Amino acid sequence: METAFLLEKLILVVVVFTITLVIAMYSTLAERKIAGFMQDRHGPDRAGAFGILQPLCDGSKFFFKEEIIPAGAHKGLFIMGPVIAIITACISSAVIPWGQTLTFGDTTISLQVAEVNIGVLYIFGVIALGVYGIMLGGWASNNKFSLMGAIRAASQSISYEIGLGLSLIALLMVTGTLSIGEIVAQQSGFVNWNIWSQPLGFIIFVTCAFAECNRVPFDLPECETELVGGYHTEYSSMKLGLYMFSEYINMFVSSALMAALYFGGYNFPFMHDLGLSANWITIIGVLVFFAKIFAFIFFFMWIRWTLPRFRYDQLMRLGWKKLIPLAIANIVLTGVIILIKDTFF
Amino acid sequence: MQSLSNRKKVLEQKPMNFWERIYLPAIFKGLSITLKHFFKKIPTVKYPEEVRPYSKNFRGQHSLKRDEEGRERCTACGLCALSCPAEAITMTSAERAKGEEHLYREEKYASVYEINMLRCIFCGLCEEACPKEAIYLDGSHVTADYLRKDFIYGKDKLVEPRFDITKLAKD
Ligand code: SF4
Ligand code: SF4
Repeated sequence: METAFLLEKLILVVVVFTITLVIAMYSTLAERKIAGFMQDRHGPDRAGAFGILQPLCDGSKFFFKEEIIPAGAHKGLFIMGPVIAIITACISSAVIPWGQTLTFGDTTISLQVAEVNIGVLYIFGVIALGVYGIMLGGWASNNKFSLMGAIRAASQSISYEIGLGLSLIALLMVTGTLSIGEIVAQQSGFVNWNIWSQPLGFIIFVTCAFAECNRVPFDLPECETELVGGYHTEYSSMKLGLYMFSEYINMFVSSALMAALYFGGYNFPFMHDLGLSANWITIIGVLVFFAKIFAFIFFFMWIRWTLPRFRYDQLMRLGWKKLIPLAIANIVLTGVIILIKDTFF
Repeated sequence: MQSLSNRKKVLEQKPMNFWERIYLPAIFKGLSITLKHFFKKIPTVKYPEEVRPYSKNFRGQHSLKRDEEGRERCTACGLCALSCPAEAITMTSAERAKGEEHLYREEKYASVYEINMLRCIFCGLCEEACPKEAIYLDGSHVTADYLRKDFIYGKDKLVEPRFDITKLAKD
């Protein structure tokens, strides 16, 4: 039983890993395609049909580029930066429930790698670790632009983590649990989705998630117009590739989180009224979940090609003076509503 | 103060109202604009696969013509070189020897005829100047190359290929 369990989890881990990496890979293509379409261009379309081989070409190009480690850089930390970035990006997908359970005969397989009852906290911890990759890389480069980028990344990430946390607290008050699996399970059907009870919390969460992923309009750490390349100015070859890759993985994971926490995860409307067997519901649920994730990834890119970058003081003002008070107000409001509900209904 | 041109406009900087300050409506407006472009027809022509039609009087690469019997028409009079505003044409003339009557129509011909395609502005004045109707800019455009020297087109590239007119008459 024990080995079977380990094997099951191992397969699931490999599958999730592969899917994550493939999606991150093709996000790079999707990003350029979407950018192209939004600017009335075709985007890359020379490598394979519709440019389908473009990510492979980019990847192999990264491998063949010269690898430069600056003479003044701290070699160990310089190498560790991208490694930490990509590891933290990858492990955050462990607690996301990709679907319900599949039943074969008398074995049931849960489509969640680790059912941790403090999943939300785990995600938080990992996100907080993620900034070390950027900070170490930027600091170890021994370059002023990189250092500036790293400092910005650190302060931005700390500021927006507060907003992120506060918006989640309101969500946790509604759901009453820290386990992501349970939060998703509570949202079965359509009317139970948390977005209906937490619209303001969702907006705050999305904004903070953008900032945590260092995506436009909050990509101040790499802000190429001011800082050359930001924290990865000195990076070349696959180490740069890892940084970019971790950005796309982060985007994928936060899309998955948004879909899971606010948009019902694998739940879809009328899921119990169609008379489908449990396995079918699970399979369709997984597909629905991925559809939601792709929608959010598209949203990320859509925003990127629409909004200009914030100025640094605007970023800080938005984080500390707007989002945090709003999130606190949201918590109070949620508390009052819960209280009214409990006492009068 | 009255401005001299009377066209001075004073820009008013009103404080932003609530909706402008929360920024969200502006974001949605921007998003709708980019989404509109997302579904728009893309004007790019995918060149090697799709070629746009040339206009009828398009002036492209020159060709040196032959007459009905396949002889070169050019007599190396140099009028084209003289008329060329870009001074792109050079040539060396030679006298037709006995037994070459099937190659050159006139008694004098151009043994070397070169056009520097980097100098040429495709104005078509050479075509107008030629008294022998020997040069026309009727090719497609001049393609890219790696070296400057390869843009000096000699007779090998300019003289049109031999063309058997009797075959055409039969069809
Ligand atoms: S087209 Fe004009 S510029 Fe070109 S060779 Fe003829 S006369 Fe000269
Ligand atoms: S191309 Fe025409 S104008 Fe030029 S040298 Fe020959 S005959 Fe004269």
